[in-house]
Amino acid sequence: YGAEGGDSHPVREFGDAATSPAANPGATTIHIEGPSESPTHQPGLPRGSGGEEDDELLGNDDSDKTELLAGQKKSSPFWTFEYYQTFFDVDTYQVFDRIKGSLLPIPGKNFVRLYIRSNPDLYGPFWICATLVFAIAISGNLSNFLIHLGEKTYHYVPEFRKVSIAATIIYAYAWLVPLALWGFLMWRNSKVMNIVSYSFLEIVCVYGYSLFIYIPTAVLWVIPQKAVRWILVMIALGISGSVLAMTFWPAVREDNRRIALATIVTIVLLHTLLSVGCLAYFFDAPEMDHHLPATTAAPNQTAAAAK
Amino acid sequence: MAKAAESSGDPGTTTPRPLFAGLSDISISQDIPVEGEITIPMRSQIQEFDSSTLNESVQNTIMRDLKAVGKKFMHVLYPRKSNTLLRDWDLWGPLILCVTLALMLQRSSVDSEKDGGPQFAEVFVIVWFGAVTITLNSKLLGGNISFFQSLCVLGYCILPLTVAMLVCRLVLLAEPGPVNFMVRLFVVIVMFAWSIVASTAFLADSQPPNRKALAIYPVFLFYFVISWMILTFTPQ
Repeated sequence: YGAEGGDSHPVREFGDAATSPAANPGATTIHIEGPSESPTHQPGLPRGSGGEEDDELLGNDDSDKTELLAGQKKSSPFWTFEYYQTFFDVDTYQVFDRIKGSLLPIPGKNFVRLYIRSNPDLYGPFWICATLVFAIAISGNLSNFLIHLGEKTYHYVPEFRKVSIAATIIYAYAWLVPLALWGFLMWRNSKVMNIVSYSFLEIVCVYGYSLFIYIPTAVLWVIPQKAVRWILVMIALGISGSVLAMTFWPAVREDNRRIALATIVTIVLLHTLLSVGCLAYFFDAPEMDHHLPATTAAPNQTAAAAK
Repeated sequence: MAKAAESSGDPGTTTPRPLFAGLSDISISQDIPVEGEITIPMRSQIQEFDSSTLNESVQNTIMRDLKAVGKKFMHVLYPRKSNTLLRDWDLWGPLILCVTLALMLQRSSVDSEKDGGPQFAEVFVIVWFGAVTITLNSKLLGGNISFFQSLCVLGYCILPLTVAMLVCRLVLLAEPGPVNFMVRLFVVIVMFAWSIVASTAFLADSQPPNRKALAIYPVFLFYFVISWMILTFTPQ
């Protein structure tokens, strides 16, 4: 709730009568805002005459302080714990908002500007990647089990080694590709003045959140129908590819036309490679397209004959 | 000695002497009280305690630790909001549980050339590194719980899943089939829910209120992965 204007709202009372708000009722402006409104408020704006010391006395300087410090957020040295805490400075609803933003790309709206707003977090990328690793491994295992259900020669194995392979692939993609992209953008920035430039963490953030759509996709890939699987991967690729393309287009727009297009195409291509490669490797092809998974009781004799 | 005290006590009656001349004659006697008290409360008791744990029999020491571990097991099985796990944390319980779980989950050595279940080391690493990652995550989000307290809680709350593993192993001795699978699925689901409820009861209060879901979700993922490993265990 914010109370701007000439109202005086003495929220707390302190003994110092000389500088109490009652002394200058018309000048006190107390603006208390939640963290979601922070980007519209520039840090350091004056809050009305005599307001600063009143705010300090009244102890309402928490929101002021966070705003003032917003520009100097990462000032702790990198070997302290507090430095890394600044990368986890998100609330639950903020994470949900960012996930929602990655699922519904709005043309013209930039994911970074809209949702990240110079508060990139590492919580989302890290745990989305972890969930994706396990989702792919578990769904792959489950889908193989369902496909080969009823075959007398098939012995179920949990295929645990695939978890480590999946983890390596996903985490390498989520960290090395942003690193390469960031290096490339920095290099282009030194040659051509770009209006929009992203920090490394913001790029990691975008890539991390754009991978979220693959989690339900991997779960739905348990369905052993080829057509269904390809439709799912097309949808997922469309959504996350467009989020990435719309994020990075403003960063390369001012550059040479061909380089800009090549950058966007490369980003989307790598994304395609990841999704199709993962899904092809971890999920067996359903050879028996025309059979639904047999019920567990009856052995599927026709499947053996069809082979 | 009283004479020396008297002579230094009233300099006016004697001839002038150099300063502090009589000091060497003074020795502390019963007549000069020492001001204040130098008594350390319970000092004798502490000394007794130290020597008693040194001198006690090995059985006493082991039984005391085992009782502490057992008490915490009871707290996990009947989770109420209590501070016992947090206050006197220990890592014996998690170690016992993790080793038991890893021993039961590892694949037999004949199967090593094909993709199979996890090895002992893989289960061990997943449990401990998973717990460490969750603890770091909760501390980075601003939770005020100490590192080892959180490890202790997460480790102890594996107890229901270890019980599920034991039950699954027993059930697998019977003939395989869909009923077998259904029973195991039911047991694992119930124990998974129990683990989540137990760990949430202990951990939830230490998180900042607007980030509770962010801190609890990794716990959910952790126990889900362990439950999956238990459910998909197939004896060779």
